[in-house]
Amino acid sequence: MAQHQVNYASSAGLPIALTSVDKLVNWGRSNSLWPLTYGLACCAIEMMASGASRYDFDRMGTIFRASPRQADVMILAGTLSKKHSEFARRLYDQMTEPKWVISMGSCANTGGMFNTYATVQGVDRIIPVDIYLPGCAPRPETLQYALMMLQKKIRRESANMNNNTKNNLRLV
Amino acid sequence: MRKYVPKDNVQGKSYYTDRFWVAPRVPREEVEADSHFAAVVKALGRKAKESYIEIGQLVVHINPTENFNVLQILKEKCGYTQCSEQSAVDYLAKDGEFELFYQMLNITEAKRVRAVCRIKEGEAIESVEPLFKSANFAEREMFDMFGIKVNNHPFLKRILMPDDWEGHPLLKTYPLHGDEFASWYEVDKIFGKEYRDVIGPENRDPSRIDRYDTKRFSRVGYEVPFDADISAGEKEAAIEYSETVLVDYTKDSGKQLDERR
Repeated sequence: MAQHQVNYASSAGLPIALTSVDKLVNWGRSNSLWPLTYGLACCAIEMMASGASRYDFDRMGTIFRASPRQADVMILAGTLSKKHSEFARRLYDQMTEPKWVISMGSCANTGGMFNTYATVQGVDRIIPVDIYLPGCAPRPETLQYALMMLQKKIRRESANMNNNTKNNLRLV
Repeated sequence: MRKYVPKDNVQGKSYYTDRFWVAPRVPREEVEADSHFAAVVKALGRKAKESYIEIGQLVVHINPTENFNVLQILKEKCGYTQCSEQSAVDYLAKDGEFELFYQMLNITEAKRVRAVCRIKEGEAIESVEPLFKSANFAEREMFDMFGIKVNNHPFLKRILMPDDWEGHPLLKTYPLHGDEFASWYEVDKIFGKEYRDVIGPENRDPSRIDRYDTKRFSRVGYEVPFDADISAGEKEAAIEYSETVLVDYTKDSGKQLDERR
């Protein structure tokens, strides 16, 4: 059994830890990012691979949810057609605040190779995007990196989402 | 004045054409007597206006009013039990007509027949759905992509594009990047037309380089601070090469980027 140990060199010698509400809340939020399972095209295969045992998103507290009510990250993985854009926006609206969006792959970022009448030319036309993830399709490591960047961003934000204007938060 | 562009065919054309290039044509062969296809042509009788063989497949030209009868004969008398594909080709700019084709497959003989007919724009065609269930979706797709109406179809509705879509995308008169309706479709539908100004037009050229964008593009030898306004032209700074002249490293270079983070 582990002995209770107090590090007298830190925290003024007291067995307590001092933090702010922002830090504590963001610690919880960033380490339990639950993305909405939202595969639209071939990027979804990479997203599935990221969730499976080899890359294992669960160890980062990232557990894919099948309902927008239980999710707080939307990973738009793949080509968004104009016919489907209405439903993508509806799912985004159904997610509870606070919520973030990762646009995964060239097609979601800019329309990619589908420079046609039927494809939305970048999902940021209908949904505010936090992280743009380039690649066609991005490797699971890249999605993992994007998620870690999102965690970093969340930790920089205020816990009160009303204080955050999404535009002025630029990641270095 | 805007340059006049003919609107009957707006599809992209190649910018260079070889004057001496002759388009290869698939050779057309006569239907040999006593072959399987000769029996098919005989069974069709007068209904086959023209028949020949292309790459081992029989092509028969038929009247558009007789498409149901022809396919019934092919199915019941000649053993063509599958209609593997049915669609149309837009020849409106050339002939003012659509070419409709029915691709038929005989599994026991391993033979294929294509029944071809031509209809004018605005004309309707009879549905072959009672004969082949596969024609249900194929005819819906043809209606969606070309706007060709199909009589007596059980459920003639758009199959690929949204129900409230305007225009028929496979027509030659339909631009690849979409018309005005298509380019604002998702904005109009989700936010309403008043949000067009907020969201702005589609960027159809994501690799476009803006000469005056100092946030995302560097200019070698003409470096400027991050987000500087260079619409009046940037200050020139000579590049110094160590091979030709002795570079004075103690001197403050014009390329110092102190303000960039």
